[in-house]
Amino acid sequence: MSTPTTFAGHTTVGARSGTRLAADAVVLIGFAAVLWLLIHLSQGIAAPFDPSRDIDAVSTDPSQLPYDAARSLLRMFIALAASVVFTFVYATAAARSRRGEKVLIPILDILQSVPVLAFLSVTLTVWIVIFPNSELGVECASIFAIFTSQAWNMTFAFYNSLTTQPRDLDEAARLLRLTRWQRFWKLDVPSGMIPLVWNGMMSFGGGWFFLVASEVISVNNHTYALPGIGSYVASATAEENIPAILWAIAVMIVMVVGVNALFWRPLTAWAERFRMGDTSSQVPQRSVVLDVLRHSGVPRLIGRALAPLGRGLDRAMAVFGVADVPLRVDPRRRRIGDLAFAVVVAVALTWGTVQVIIFVQSSVGLWEFADAAGLGLVTFGRVLVLLVFGTIIWVPVGVWIGMNPRVTRFAQPVVQVLASFPANFLFPFVTLALIHTGISLNIGGILLMALGAQWYILFNVIAGASAIPADLRDAATSLRLSRWQRWTRLILPAIFASWVTGGITAAGGAWNASIVSEVVTYGSTTLTAVGLGAYIANATATGDSPRVYVGVIVMSLFVVGLNRLFWRRMYRLAERRFSLT
Amino acid sequence: MAQNTASVRDTAIVEVDDVTTAFPSSDGGTLTVLDEVSLTLREGEIVALLGKSGSGKSTLLRTVAGLIAPTSGEVRYRGRPINGANPGVGMVFQSFALMPWLTVQGNVELGLAARSVSAAERRQRALDAIDLIGLDGFESAYPRELSGGMRQRVGIARALVLRPDALLMDEPFSALDVLTAENLRNEVMSLWAQPDFPTKSVCIVTHNIEEAVLMADRVLVLGSNPGHVRAEVGVPLPRPRDRRHPLFAQTVDRLYALLTGTGPGAPGTAAAPVAATPLSAPLPDVSVGGLAGLVEIVHSHNGQTDLPDLADELSFEVDDLLPLVDAAALLGFIEVDGAQLFLTEDGRAWGRADIQESKKLFARLSAAHAPLVRTILKALENSDDGALRDDFFLDLLRRGFSGADARVQLDIAIQWGRYAELFDYDADSGELVLGEVAAAFGV
Repeated sequence: MSTPTTFAGHTTVGARSGTRLAADAVVLIGFAAVLWLLIHLSQGIAAPFDPSRDIDAVSTDPSQLPYDAARSLLRMFIALAASVVFTFVYATAAARSRRGEKVLIPILDILQSVPVLAFLSVTLTVWIVIFPNSELGVECASIFAIFTSQAWNMTFAFYNSLTTQPRDLDEAARLLRLTRWQRFWKLDVPSGMIPLVWNGMMSFGGGWFFLVASEVISVNNHTYALPGIGSYVASATAEENIPAILWAIAVMIVMVVGVNALFWRPLTAWAERFRMGDTSSQVPQRSVVLDVLRHSGVPRLIGRALAPLGRGLDRAMAVFGVADVPLRVDPRRRRIGDLAFAVVVAVALTWGTVQVIIFVQSSVGLWEFADAAGLGLVTFGRVLVLLVFGTIIWVPVGVWIGMNPRVTRFAQPVVQVLASFPANFLFPFVTLALIHTGISLNIGGILLMALGAQWYILFNVIAGASAIPADLRDAATSLRLSRWQRWTRLILPAIFASWVTGGITAAGGAWNASIVSEVVTYGSTTLTAVGLGAYIANATATGDSPRVYVGVIVMSLFVVGLNRLFWRRMYRLAERRFSLT
Repeated sequence: MAQNTASVRDTAIVEVDDVTTAFPSSDGGTLTVLDEVSLTLREGEIVALLGKSGSGKSTLLRTVAGLIAPTSGEVRYRGRPINGANPGVGMVFQSFALMPWLTVQGNVELGLAARSVSAAERRQRALDAIDLIGLDGFESAYPRELSGGMRQRVGIARALVLRPDALLMDEPFSALDVLTAENLRNEVMSLWAQPDFPTKSVCIVTHNIEEAVLMADRVLVLGSNPGHVRAEVGVPLPRPRDRRHPLFAQTVDRLYALLTGTGPGAPGTAAAPVAATPLSAPLPDVSVGGLAGLVEIVHSHNGQTDLPDLADELSFEVDDLLPLVDAAALLGFIEVDGAQLFLTEDGRAWGRADIQESKKLFARLSAAHAPLVRTILKALENSDDGALRDDFFLDLLRRGFSGADARVQLDIAIQWGRYAELFDYDADSGELVLGEVAAAFGV
């Protein structure tokens, strides 16, 4: 960015090259540090597999924490990278192929509803078979769990941006005869960058929860533990070591805040350049880290060094052809293709369904589905209570924060950290309280689920309340609306859409959390609640795979069904009646 | 073209042969946008496509560009049928269509990169094009830092850097203010006048009649529902064109008459209202307030005015003005003869009336002359309780309109009917309900 500012005349050449030198130094040191860390950590990952490595073997020495935390962080970033690659391939395939879309999008819809931790229990055995002699198998399973918590969201966001691309840009790209590769990098990725980055950030925040839950995995009566901050907390909980847990919480806060400041904030600020339309009214995102990078010449130098590589790739990838759509297609060939495709999909679907039914029928019997559905109702009750109480408590608070700009500026980042802080770090304290007070986990479980999920309601309500136009608020004041009228006529309708978004996210989070919230352990005491989450957790721990399948299928059906029957209607209502535009 | 006797065939750059374009409509039928349109772009000429909104002029241009597939008929470039983006054309968009994340230089180079031109040559050619269109100094600026006029210069440079055989322009100046548009238009025309200008033909879509007469050698006037070529008007004026030339005003008047459908060559306008149905005679998309404004202005001109003058006075363009004129003529407030507007008795009465009277008059006229309003009114009267769901009317409209256009039509009718107090609409339940007035009129 070499746009001269009005103050450019005041800075002397010496001062400018001084800042540049300092910026260069900071960037180089940062670069070296990241490199060193990567090398150091990757040695640990390739360590030989030790199946006897159990939760008890994990040290709770606080000096071990930085290394553990770094290992956890690396896992998060590998999962993020995998999510980005998956997003690019899957969303592009869905958006550019008429037939693919019909299958890929429903699959994605279902994957999104499957509880994340269920993927873990189902796939762990596969990963261990693929990497039999190193820790890599368990490592991959853990990363895969985080991946599943991030990828679907990001893929949907990118797919949406691809299908809603401005028509004129699409036409310009076709007329310029860009190759598919060029179009992807010059149009598709940039136009989807902002939703991708923001969704990535949100999903990354949610990912911490699953990271912590996936570092210690109990499968087939065996517990695998990976070095990481999650297993550290699990081990500390088993030892009833409160100070160690507090240390871990402190490190976790530093990590969440640090990743935000050093990675996401610069990234969102940088992504602003990909905003379309008129941007003059927007308050620009600022980031110190990005400013340092922009002042330094190092990124430009690296860019110049990599340019020939980019050109080479550009030429090589021309084999994918030109991004043009043929005007004429043979309708008969097309019909035959559609038919063949439909038959293949139908056969695959039927075969899969029959296989699952046979598997369940021959092991635990189909009545198991009814049992699980009953337990699902219990968990659903918890989700419902959580939503009701979360709404009653957090809507007024959120509105108060959102409608006071000064409070918003201070509170928004705090809430953001709270939302991405993994709630399972706090589980030991709640569990301890439950043990001491004797309150059943059947009720306490709601609190555990709420620890992570409620913030989504607050977060969205704040955003909604701060977006209420000032003139509407002025009008309400000048009409002398009473407090009650003000709430029912202005505030609640105005934040309705945000509440729906918050509610659906919170509900999804609560279903996910139920698997770790309905069975909790502190020291040698284990509390168990009645519910579908406990059902899945127990089935996973004892290696009862038919029940794992039944539980996961029932829970997915619950989530999909509720989305279709309730949330989608709410969305439509919000769009039709309570939209501010 | 080594031959000395170059036939018409040799100089034709793009030929559009009997193209019909139809899109599937929401009820399973088809929606015809272009109906058997033919067009030839020859070397050395500028062709303007002029039409109201809904005449398919943009669709026709995109068919030439190979961006939209015709349902039947053929598009050829230099004699070869195209199956995909037309390789010989560059296009300039109304919205500029620049990549906001690329600099001016990056945008201009984009098409060259796609043709695998070497980096050095790419850079040089882009700089030349930027220079040519008066953008030097802005190479490293991002589009958002530029004004609309400058952005469109980038759009033109991006198209010209590829040295296209034909340049297609889709309302290139209509997003700009009047002065900027005039300035840029002149620059394009002076580029065209240069002997070494590599582009051999220009096709411009516009709804601005003056613009068409200022630029084109031939103007194709397109009619609506479905889009068809209504007339072809040659513009034999010398260049650079002078607005004061007697032939200029004459051509503008003639085009106005053709567009309003009352001039020579526009068949079947007088007898139409009798058999008009909501599908054959769509309501022009105007508000009652706009209509009242037009009638008032004509009233203040002693009940008679000339369309080009009116457009000039209000600095309106055809797309803004003609729907108002169409609606006023449909309801019987004015009569159109060529480019002349005359206020009718009803029009005079409406101009003088107070609010209650004007509502009554509007109710009578719209119930009599606006097909969709009449249809809704009849259906409501024949229903048991004077109420019907909007889906009923939307389903009817979808036989002739796309889903979005059907909604637009119903919304116009609802707006008119509400103003006239003929019927009301409950947005929550989606129900149209007969107003009390309707019973009193007994339509």
